[in-house]
Amino acid sequence: MAARPELMDYDKALEMFEPVVGFEVHVELSTATKMFSDAPNEFGGEPNTNITPVDLGLPGSLPVVNGQAVKYAISLGLALGCSIAPTSRFARKNYFYPDLAKNYQISQSDEPIAFEGSVEVEMPDGTLFTVPVERAHMEEDAGKLTHVGGSTGRIQGAEYSLVDYNRAGVPLVEIVTHPIIGAEALAPELGAAYVETIRDIVRGLGISEARMERGNLRCDANISLRPRGQEKLGTRTETKNVNSFRAVERAIRYEIQRQAAILAKGGTITQETRHWHEDTGRTSAGRPKSDADDYRYFPEPDLLPVEPSLELIQELRAALPESPAVMRRRLKAQWGFTDLEFQDVKNAGLLTEIVETVAAGSTPASARKWWTGEIARLANAAEVDASSLVEPSQLAELIALIDSGELTDRLARQVLEGVIAGEGTPAEVVEKRGLKVVSDDGALIAAIDEALASQPDVLEKIRDGKVQAAGAVIGAVMKAMKGQADAARVRELVLERAQA
Amino acid sequence: MTDLIHLSAADLASKLQSREVSSVEATKAHLDRIAGVDGDVHAFLHVNAGALATAKSIDERRAAGETLGELAGVPIAVKDVLCTIGMPSTSGSKILEGWIPPYDATAVAKVRAAGLVPLGKTNMDEFAMGSSTEFSAYGPTHNPWNLDRIPGGSGGGSAAAVAAFEAPLALGSDTGGSIRQPGAVTGTVGVKPTYGSVSRYGAIALASSLDQIGPVSRTVLDSALLHDVIKGHDPRDSTSLRDEWPSFADAARAGLAPGSLQGVKVGIVRELNGDGFQAGVKARFADAVALLTAAGAEIVEVSAPSFEYAISAYYLILPAEASSNLAKFDSVRFGLRVTPEGGGTVEQVMAATREQGFGPEVKRRIILGTYALSAGYYDAYYGSAQKVRTLVQRDFSRLFDEVDVLISPSAPTTAFPIGEKIDDPLAMYLNDLTTIPANLAGIPGLSLPMGLADEDGLPTGIQLMAPAREDARLYTYGAALEQLFESTWGHTLISKAPSLSVSEQSAATEGVV
Amino acid sequence: MSEITREQVEHLAGLARIALTPDEIDKLTGELGHIVDSIAKVSEVANADVPATSHPIPLSNVFRDDVVGETLTQEQALAGAPEHDGTRFKVSAILGEEQ
Ligand SMILES: [Mg+2]
Ligand SMILES: [Zn+2]
Repeated sequence: MAARPELMDYDKALEMFEPVVGFEVHVELSTATKMFSDAPNEFGGEPNTNITPVDLGLPGSLPVVNGQAVKYAISLGLALGCSIAPTSRFARKNYFYPDLAKNYQISQSDEPIAFEGSVEVEMPDGTLFTVPVERAHMEEDAGKLTHVGGSTGRIQGAEYSLVDYNRAGVPLVEIVTHPIIGAEALAPELGAAYVETIRDIVRGLGISEARMERGNLRCDANISLRPRGQEKLGTRTETKNVNSFRAVERAIRYEIQRQAAILAKGGTITQETRHWHEDTGRTSAGRPKSDADDYRYFPEPDLLPVEPSLELIQELRAALPESPAVMRRRLKAQWGFTDLEFQDVKNAGLLTEIVETVAAGSTPASARKWWTGEIARLANAAEVDASSLVEPSQLAELIALIDSGELTDRLARQVLEGVIAGEGTPAEVVEKRGLKVVSDDGALIAAIDEALASQPDVLEKIRDGKVQAAGAVIGAVMKAMKGQADAARVRELVLERAQA
Repeated sequence: MTDLIHLSAADLASKLQSREVSSVEATKAHLDRIAGVDGDVHAFLHVNAGALATAKSIDERRAAGETLGELAGVPIAVKDVLCTIGMPSTSGSKILEGWIPPYDATAVAKVRAAGLVPLGKTNMDEFAMGSSTEFSAYGPTHNPWNLDRIPGGSGGGSAAAVAAFEAPLALGSDTGGSIRQPGAVTGTVGVKPTYGSVSRYGAIALASSLDQIGPVSRTVLDSALLHDVIKGHDPRDSTSLRDEWPSFADAARAGLAPGSLQGVKVGIVRELNGDGFQAGVKARFADAVALLTAAGAEIVEVSAPSFEYAISAYYLILPAEASSNLAKFDSVRFGLRVTPEGGGTVEQVMAATREQGFGPEVKRRIILGTYALSAGYYDAYYGSAQKVRTLVQRDFSRLFDEVDVLISPSAPTTAFPIGEKIDDPLAMYLNDLTTIPANLAGIPGLSLPMGLADEDGLPTGIQLMAPAREDARLYTYGAALEQLFESTWGHTLISKAPSLSVSEQSAATEGVV
Repeated sequence: MSEITREQVEHLAGLARIALTPDEIDKLTGELGHIVDSIAKVSEVANADVPATSHPIPLSNVFRDDVVGETLTQEQALAGAPEHDGTRFKVSAILGEEQ
């Protein structure tokens, strides 16, 4: 690994340079089949099983467009405020790489299905920032390479590589922004908020799982700096492998600091792809862009133009869900959160989680409490997005167990840990770990009797009006029950006892 | 029994239907013929070991009273460009040597479903790039009329197999004339259907927007019967047409009725009968025009100025598409792998494999196509070529407003000696001058025997072209003209082909011949 | 005369991943020059007002229903592979990175 690059202080970098960012976000569509073949759109299973001759690029095989993917792409284009092209076309992007079965990617080059739109992104302070979208186009994913030998599965130093084509041909929509100017010091936060907004839009449309940690949503961040007062854009780098909202934010901040240090010394930025390393919090140089990047695009002769009718576009437009901005306004009113509470939830990127938890039966207040409290704390500690830890439906189940009195908050936190550790559903974790609240009064009374035996004056004190004396007994009972008792019920029973 | 091999597919089919002969007998007769002559002709790359078993099962189904297709039990040869379960499919290239696909091309699946009996795979120029079959990685095919001459290409194997009576029918593919030009130089019949009439699924792609699968036979009716089997919409090929096609066999039979050429407007394309054409070809074409006139056809000379540019456009579009289509041959998922001495990165392995696995013409066209698509040249070359394509289509559509059918010689020359043009790519490319415009426009074309050239006694062919989707016209007028020729000559052309010396070896029933 | 140079042919061979020998490069440089000279005339008639034709028979909106069909078995998928590890295709070390 190269020597640690010099970084400029962030505030100083912003004083000297204006950051310009841009994003290429790939969204994996959740269709039943692939973009150009009728193989199941699934991967992660047994390698090289979800494939047809088309996905393997076997001689003689031919692609056929998935009509559902086209509809999803149009819906997404409309949700991004784009115009839908009366005619769009697939093209071949030619380059050799072993994960690319045909050694060309079928993509849309100069005739994308959707073009020129914009996305309203809410910044952490609640202000709106308009991100200009250049295009959204359809394409296919590549297979998956595993590098064997050398260090830790990296491509460098590997002895050989293995290819699984299950992911080859998975339908993607790539959303490309224009260069985004004006975010200034908040460019990193804008990046995270933009990607989160895209996630909310595609989840709202129901066209993708949109889980960054699973690669359903992938972001390449383009970053360049230009000296204050200069018109011409600087040379940009394209950072790949940013797999969470916080990584987007960190990677942009890092690149701004790294590029500023180089430029301030009179150096030049190399136009290249860079890789984000979550562990070190740095980017490393990848492939330089050069004249060798001649993709020899030409119209895909095996496919025909896509010419959606106005009726279809109208139909899909009418079926669009509300935009994230409108949805936020509605949710804030429905949930009854204070401005601060709502902003916290939003900034933590947890709106969708709370929506889904509420949809699964929880109250907004308890959903908020758990997502912004315990789950956010665990996510922070693990340096991952909270949404990656637990499914909203699982949290709702946990909350239901608390509401029915079967779990205390304290027990629930232990159950949550078990769920995150993959031990099963909340009910299963309760069962396996034996974490149920002791709701049998007989067992509680026996424990109370035992505690009273060693503190005989307590009942007397209570009768004298010193109710706080019950605390010692409650504490002893809770301890005896290993915390699996409802403290409120124990208190009730102790007081009943004093009345007797 | 040897007479079985001289029957047309239609006549053999009726003998099979009447159970006068069995499919096993017919198939065995052809396998014997292959064993006897293919050592000299080299039409086959692989002979189907399961052919007799397939024939037997057809006979059994017929005996059980099952209703079978019209051609059930008739043997057929399959160009090696088509994927076949159970038989290697190499497209004439070393890079695919021994590759057995896990699926059948749709045309092959239809042929099997109709009860035809695949005899084996036929030789071809590597990846169908060529006009002589000399660019096959497995050695050239020899023209049955003169074994020192080329059989045309790229489908020289299919044409020679039919001309040498090794099969009554064959499947071919035609990207710029690869069915029609071999037909012309071997005295046989071949049809390039309307683009999209026959599925391309499972045909190893050369140039996707030009390729079309079609029938090869010794009579027009036989091609029509085979076209009827393989035509129709295929959801696996996006460019496949949804049209309801008429019976092409009925169309061919209609052509045999008296007066079927009366009043038909026939256009002679000036640009497709020029100075570079062999004298004997021009003489036979003039005879054909005279015959048509005598039969009541109305002949007009027409001009298609864009055709002057067609061959140039073709040699940009084809290599461009081919350079991309052939990128999949990279040694990762199938086919040859060549590792440089001392190992190498995957990039080096791919480059070494493609260096050794591809022949000279394939490399030439891949490099040319890569050039035509590369940054800075696209507009001048590929972009312009696609505009020429528009002009060619406009010329055709203007001409077909005036005439019912266009005619030209199928090829500018008769079969040339093996080796004569192998080092002169430009001369080789000119062989397809007459056939290329139909591919650029997607229209159907048919070649049928036109007589022997005086100077060398070798076959010439006449090409008929019709508007897109009007393949039936080709069969009607083609069958009429074929009948006219044969009644004038007093025999079929193929009956004048030299009888090949049959070697004494017994029937080869499997393996590479 | 054509502008095709030896360096250009080398570059094209790199793009096309063919390890041409020096002799082949020399030969192709000459041949390609001749071929390009003879076909470059397409640009003479390709005026701006002529639209490009990429498909011989115009069609559009050819789509497939989103319904799962038959897949290859792992055995079928690997059957033609020069090298595999039983479940995946095996290739030697990769120099470049994905695009
Ligand atoms: Mg990109
Ligand atoms: Zn992309």
